[in-house]
Amino acid sequence: MIKARRFALGAAGAVGAILVVEAVNRLGLVDEDALPAATTILGEAGRLAVDGDFLVDVGDTLRAWAGGLLLAVAVAVPLGVLLGSVPFLGTASRFLVEMCRPIPSVALIPLVLIVFSSVTQQKMALIFYAALWPILINTLYALRDVDPVAKESLRAFGFGEGSVLWRVSLPSAAPFIATGVRIAASVGLIVVISAELLAGGGEGVGIFLMESQAGGGDTAVMLAGACWAGALGLAVNAGLVGLERIAFRWNTARVEGVS
Amino acid sequence: MLEIAALSHTYPDGHVAIRGIDLTVPDGQLVSIVGPSGCGKSTLLRCIAGLIRPTGGKVVLNGQPVTGVPEGLAVVFQDYSRSLFPWLTVRDNVALPLRRRGKSKAERREAAMAALESVGLAGAARKYPWQLSGGMQQRVSIARALAYQPSLLLMDEPFGSVDAQTREDLEDLVLQVHRAEKMTILLVTHDIDESVYVGDRVVVLGPSPTGVVADVPVPLPSERDQIETRALPEFIGTRAKVGRLVRGGHGGADVTNAGPATPDPRAADVRAACSDG
Ligand SMILES: Nc1ncnc2c1ncn2[C@@H]1O[C@H](COP(=O)(O)OP(=O)(O)OP(=O)(O)O)[C@@H](O)[C@H]1O
Ligand SMILES: [Mg+2]
Repeated sequence: MIKARRFALGAAGAVGAILVVEAVNRLGLVDEDALPAATTILGEAGRLAVDGDFLVDVGDTLRAWAGGLLLAVAVAVPLGVLLGSVPFLGTASRFLVEMCRPIPSVALIPLVLIVFSSVTQQKMALIFYAALWPILINTLYALRDVDPVAKESLRAFGFGEGSVLWRVSLPSAAPFIATGVRIAASVGLIVVISAELLAGGGEGVGIFLMESQAGGGDTAVMLAGACWAGALGLAVNAGLVGLERIAFRWNTARVEGVS
Repeated sequence: MLEIAALSHTYPDGHVAIRGIDLTVPDGQLVSIVGPSGCGKSTLLRCIAGLIRPTGGKVVLNGQPVTGVPEGLAVVFQDYSRSLFPWLTVRDNVALPLRRRGKSKAERREAAMAALESVGLAGAARKYPWQLSGGMQQRVSIARALAYQPSLLLMDEPFGSVDAQTREDLEDLVLQVHRAEKMTILLVTHDIDESVYVGDRVVVLGPSPTGVVADVPVPLPSERDQIETRALPEFIGTRAKVGRLVRGGHGGADVTNAGPATPDPRAADVRAACSDG
């Protein structure tokens, strides 16, 4: 019931926005080149969905994104577990983590251009850096905040530290780690497209957007590409939220108070 | 045999929780522990369980100094809901510790189901702890400890959240398991009636920083009955004695210090008598 209502409201909002854009255009409130009609943009978007060149760009962006993200998960989760469960290491690394975290990924583009020669590697390195922090921070704090009573209750039955980590700390931290990965996935998508726009070279959605504007190009095509970029972000987020709900039903149900 | 000598513990923040506890518990005894709220009962149990290292004195179990968690121990924590794992079903919560017993998965599940049955929760086996009421969760944590078949069982206010009827059933369950398996049990309670009903002896602790105020033997036969035992003159006499000791705070049976007589013995609750400082 509530779900259907929420969905209906969301759909209504989207249709409303499209109608506004359409009206603004039809009434001649803005220049046709700056904001084409919504129907034109959607038409272009539909055409892009079967446009081989565009799909190559999307594939390239997604590949770099997935690679960088997986790499970040592979590094950040074990590192976060280590820093979060050994207080001494956690304290020692805190300053470094807080120092490095605010550096925007795009500020590292010049460095990455020097270090890596392959465009895909450059992109992956930037995504890796951007995705690292949300995962690391979430893992670290989730492990630090595991309920001591839960850990004690397994320990009291004679289980060692390793078992407590595997059977209590990791399961109880898992939903927060997953949230970190989801945030990192969204951030990664933004970073990869920004990097493509700023650094250029190779294939990618960002490159497509740049080229669609080259030489007073077609705004409708550019906006259609942007719509697809947004849709990608939405799909990734929705997919991961769905996975979290299935995998961590115990957590969502508990938090939302339903069973 | 559990020997506690000059045990004291000061928390890192400087709070002195227990000061100089001496206590010897022979194998197979059921010791009730009563004492005012916040006096250090949970701290005492944690020291015995080897979960915290006491800052003074020692705990010796069967001749071995306790430095870590001893073999064959089970604890029913006061924070029962936090001690259950929300990502596991009730049955899996109960079955998990049995991994330490070297049992197969099927055996673990079977033992878990039997334990759940004994606390009247067989029907909730496939639910998750957060789908149960507080009293039901408390019974799950009791079932988990019983399924483990410990040789030393520490129970920290294990019946605090259940109704009177269930509470009596659980008291009898503990007595029955105790008789059948001859395990040593330390049971912390705020209920003076309960301490006498289940205990072979009642240890009365003083206010924080706590020490042993009195050690009262319970002169009752080991077979107990909720109606008959509570009507025995020995029961009534021991209950009154423990009640006075708890109210007197320290120094033993100072009758003049005792508060007004309470008509309902259940109301002679330590929590009511000695409010937390
Ligand atoms: N981790 C801790 N750090 C500092 N002080 C603590 C800690 N745990 C308990 N204390 C203090 O030690 C004292 C004894 O605590 P404890 O939990 O052992 O009391 P208790 O007798 O079990 O109380 P209750 O009957 O309310 O369960 C309390 O004053 C408490 O504030
Ligand atoms: Mg306590």
